[in-house]
Amino acid sequence: MDDLLGPFRQSLESLDRLAAESLFEQAVERSSPLGAVESLVVPALEQIGGEWQSGSIALSQIYLSGRLCEELVERVLPASDPDRKHQPRSAIVVLSDFHMLGKRIVYALMRASGFELLDYGRMEVDELVARCLRDRIRVLLISVLMLPSALKVREVCAGLQASGGEVKVIVGGAPFLFDPQLWREVGADAMGRNAADAVTIVRQWMDNMP
Amino acid sequence: MNAVPMNCMQRTLTALGQREPDRVPLFLLTAMQGARELGVSIQDYFSRADWVAEGQMRLHRKYGGDCLYAFYYASIETEAFGGDTVFIPDGPPNCGAPIIRRFEDIDALQVPELGQSPGLLRVLQTIDLLKAQAADTVPIVGVAISPFSLPVMQLGFDSYLELMHEQPDRFQRLMTINQAFTVQWANAQLKAGATAICYFDPVSSPTIVPRATYLKTGYPAARATLAGIHGPTATHLASGRALPILEDLIATGTAVVGVSALEDLAELKAAAAGRVSLLGNLNGIEMRRWTPAQAEMEVKRAIAGAGVGGGFLLSDNHGEIPWQVPDEILFAIAEAARSWGRYPLTWVRDGADPDAC
Repeated sequence: MDDLLGPFRQSLESLDRLAAESLFEQAVERSSPLGAVESLVVPALEQIGGEWQSGSIALSQIYLSGRLCEELVERVLPASDPDRKHQPRSAIVVLSDFHMLGKRIVYALMRASGFELLDYGRMEVDELVARCLRDRIRVLLISVLMLPSALKVREVCAGLQASGGEVKVIVGGAPFLFDPQLWREVGADAMGRNAADAVTIVRQWMDNMP
Repeated sequence: MNAVPMNCMQRTLTALGQREPDRVPLFLLTAMQGARELGVSIQDYFSRADWVAEGQMRLHRKYGGDCLYAFYYASIETEAFGGDTVFIPDGPPNCGAPIIRRFEDIDALQVPELGQSPGLLRVLQTIDLLKAQAADTVPIVGVAISPFSLPVMQLGFDSYLELMHEQPDRFQRLMTINQAFTVQWANAQLKAGATAICYFDPVSSPTIVPRATYLKTGYPAARATLAGIHGPTATHLASGRALPILEDLIATGTAVVGVSALEDLAELKAAAAGRVSLLGNLNGIEMRRWTPAQAEMEVKRAIAGAGVGGGFLLSDNHGEIPWQVPDEILFAIAEAARSWGRYPLTWVRDGADPDAC
């Protein structure tokens, strides 16, 4: 599968849909739908995420390639597929902010990596805490763009803790990138520097959850 | 050393002329903070032109910065297209629902009349009031969102990226409309008394789109738009990286580039090579939890990186200092700029370590 990875990543970076589809189909034929996701889509998206971090890839490429991967994976691994079932109940949300692109990118990459998660859209603190408890969420991904929204993560974490919810919170977005200490300050369990980070971190948590 | 202190305008123009003024100009881009000075909410503050003018004058006197900032909030421009704004108590106002809900809506979109937009008229009135007080001693910075970045608010970011890649004809029509609007809006501010226009163009940054895309989209839009603006412009990428497209930005005719905290000022300065001035790049997000000593060190680092030879305006990296940054930090930044920014920057030329206060 290693021989397909480089060309697949290239096809995503250049937004060459036909090439990406062809390479993905080859990977599925060689192994299985889940095998293609694990050994082709996830590492390609991880590499692209790392390149964004270093400044050599643009956000538009991350977004559009994530959407493309989401479509590819959806075809072979629909939401009802049993391979998606052994995951902790997860949700993603934009907290008190009107900038939705970051969430869409992470949502697409999570799904393209085989995860199933609830999309809460945009919520304020109290509504989010109540919804997480009601849905028995174990992993919550919070996306923000603005600093005041990032600071509200503290209230979410406190609210979840006070209610006895055992929820792990991962945050992402510009304020956390520009201030690497901020995620700890607001009480999150982790920070994703890019969308692929979110996938990696949730996978690690999943492995350690009962 | 320059014995005679310059006024803010002289200081700024000297620096922009790639020469060393008496000290590094400080462009402390405080917009919302005027509301705090007047003891009113951010929403109420931006509802009155005279309050914003008074707020800017008070902030100028308080911190001793070298410009007056006529910026209200970004979505005031989409208000002119029929959009609305969502205010929050402790941060910049946000753009409401997109005015373009389907790509087909672009076919019927028209260039709005400035005179029909109460928000834009308030900004013009503020500039007029500032000009009456500052005359030509303090630069007044007007703001126009670039035609290429405005659609993030007009459509939503995800829809805009899809339009850019999937519907080139409609994308081009939107650029044509937005260019006409931006040129008209920038020139109205200059006519009202603005000294220069800050052309906010974050989408052009290679942080957001690849350079190859920029050269086909944001670059021609910037060249055409800046050519139509009858005054100096500063292109601000609002925290986005600038270095990979610095040559292209220079070719658009801009006089200043606002650069990111993620970039190295010395590297940018070497690349600029006296052809364009740099604005930046203090980290506004981290600034919230700096100590005064840290603020002083960050100012020293920035000045050490880009101050020598002029062509540098000290500022934050985003074009707007967050509401949460404490007063004492803004005072510390201003004080450090005055004490460490005095030309000829002997301490920099002598190779002193900027981290040693």
